[in-house]
Amino acid sequence: MRRGTREYAYWSITILLVLAFAMLPVLWIVSLSLKTPESVTDGSFIPHHWTLDNYNALFQGGFTNGPFLHPLVNSIAIALISTAIAITLAAFAAYAIARLDFPGKTVILAGALAIAMFPAISTVGPLFDMWRSIGLYNTYPGLIIPYLTFSLPLAIYVLVAFYREIPWDLEQAAQVDGATPLQAFRKVILPLAAPGTFTAAILVFIFCWNDFLFAITLTSSNSSRTVPAALAFFTGPSQFTAPTGNIAAAAVIITVPIIIFVMIFQRRIVAGLTAGAVKG
Amino acid sequence: MLCAPAVIAMLLVTAYPIGYAVVLSLQNLDLRFPNETSWAGLSNYGTVLSSSLWWQDVLNTVLIAVISVSVELALGMAIALVMHRAIFGRGIVRTAVLIPYGIVTVVAAYAWQFAFLSADTGFVNPALNIHVNWFSGHWTSLAVIIMAEVWKTTPFMALLLLAGLTTIDDGLYEAAKVDGANAVQRFFRITLPLMKPAILVALLFRTLDAFRIFDNIFIMTRGAQNTESVSILGYNQLISRTNLGLGSAVSVLIFIAVLIIAFVFVRLLGVRMAEGRPGAT
Repeated sequence: MRRGTREYAYWSITILLVLAFAMLPVLWIVSLSLKTPESVTDGSFIPHHWTLDNYNALFQGGFTNGPFLHPLVNSIAIALISTAIAITLAAFAAYAIARLDFPGKTVILAGALAIAMFPAISTVGPLFDMWRSIGLYNTYPGLIIPYLTFSLPLAIYVLVAFYREIPWDLEQAAQVDGATPLQAFRKVILPLAAPGTFTAAILVFIFCWNDFLFAITLTSSNSSRTVPAALAFFTGPSQFTAPTGNIAAAAVIITVPIIIFVMIFQRRIVAGLTAGAVKG
Repeated sequence: MLCAPAVIAMLLVTAYPIGYAVVLSLQNLDLRFPNETSWAGLSNYGTVLSSSLWWQDVLNTVLIAVISVSVELALGMAIALVMHRAIFGRGIVRTAVLIPYGIVTVVAAYAWQFAFLSADTGFVNPALNIHVNWFSGHWTSLAVIIMAEVWKTTPFMALLLLAGLTTIDDGLYEAAKVDGANAVQRFFRITLPLMKPAILVALLFRTLDAFRIFDNIFIMTRGAQNTESVSILGYNQLISRTNLGLGSAVSVLIFIAVLIIAFVFVRLLGVRMAEGRPGAT
């Protein structure tokens, strides 16, 4: 299509509209995070007085007394550990479902689907009570366990969809050519399975990074609170100032990595989200 | 058995707790008064079902779910068509659309709240030159909550619909064009009917998701101005008031409501579950 045609103009406007729709709230929170306390209420979309104070304030008090650093470390650690375990468990299950024929296969898939529809709030009360009595309340495992449960269905579905595409015969071909079973798996299957596995990992990580309900109900202090929950407990520098700027700064910090992720891996994420969604 | 660990992990936090929730819901159990615990039979359910708060919250939740999912379907379809037909800039659109999906819901909720806060931080009122106190009224609060929900979850809808769109054979459109069908006719006679399964699956998952709405409301209003959803009610009873008996009754009722919604979609609308997939918000 040539520039300057009417159709070109229409498409440009449409694309700009979609971009504005997606980006406005993000740009707004960035703008808020850069405003000085005096100008944060000026209602202007673009800051008139720029400052990085909101970011500095987040890191004051450091790891132990600061409002943000400990939750940030918690968020990263909990999301990474949950993702690693979930992907490992899901890879085994998905391998079995995609490759082997065994009774109960459809039951597992249907069960995973049911859990994907399960209202998390219905488990919060019992978990709160159970975790308190067995000492998991306000700990890393206390959050990791529910994250595993609710991310496994997603991981299994994505992985099954990807593993079904792998030409498994290659494994036998490699063995015929003299590779040991382990070599055949490592050199032939693993490289083929890696992209799908990586995609599933991104989606699970985003899910854990995002969670708020479990994070506020199953934790009680910054020692294991993740950032989304910690944000809800932010207080201003004094009783009379709202923590708007600080919340905005923290929001930007936990949003930037996700946006970078999305930009680098957009193709994979779309493939993962729609994997197995519609079977031709 | 390779599936065993995954199955156990999935059951550990769903089947067992929901059973435990049923047990809790049959007791008078308030952690503030642990010594007064006793069996209550179904009285907690009676209390919940006869309270006007529960029904108000059900109404709010259904309202939010129905409006936001309808808007998302229209908007998602438009975005899916843009992504499908775009001759250039497809990558940019795809990246842009994934941003709301990836963003932490709490962050998005704050962004929307701060944008609409009147006489304070918000830019919306000055930009439109209006003076609406958004968070002081029931309907205006709900409107902002729904806008935030729509913004966050339309991308997921759009991507599922896009996947459905790409399965439609282009030849059909060519044939229709030759037969003189215009763009509107092609959309309603070819695109929509062929996409019905994909649309229903997307609707099912988004409806269930919207019915569980929690983060947006918790951040923006905490249920003020009568904007409480059933999940917020459950949270208040369970965690804020530590009334595990009543709160568990609410939890179990929410679980039953979700079952009913899923049943309606599967049985009455004929969603084929084999085509379903877990949502990801």
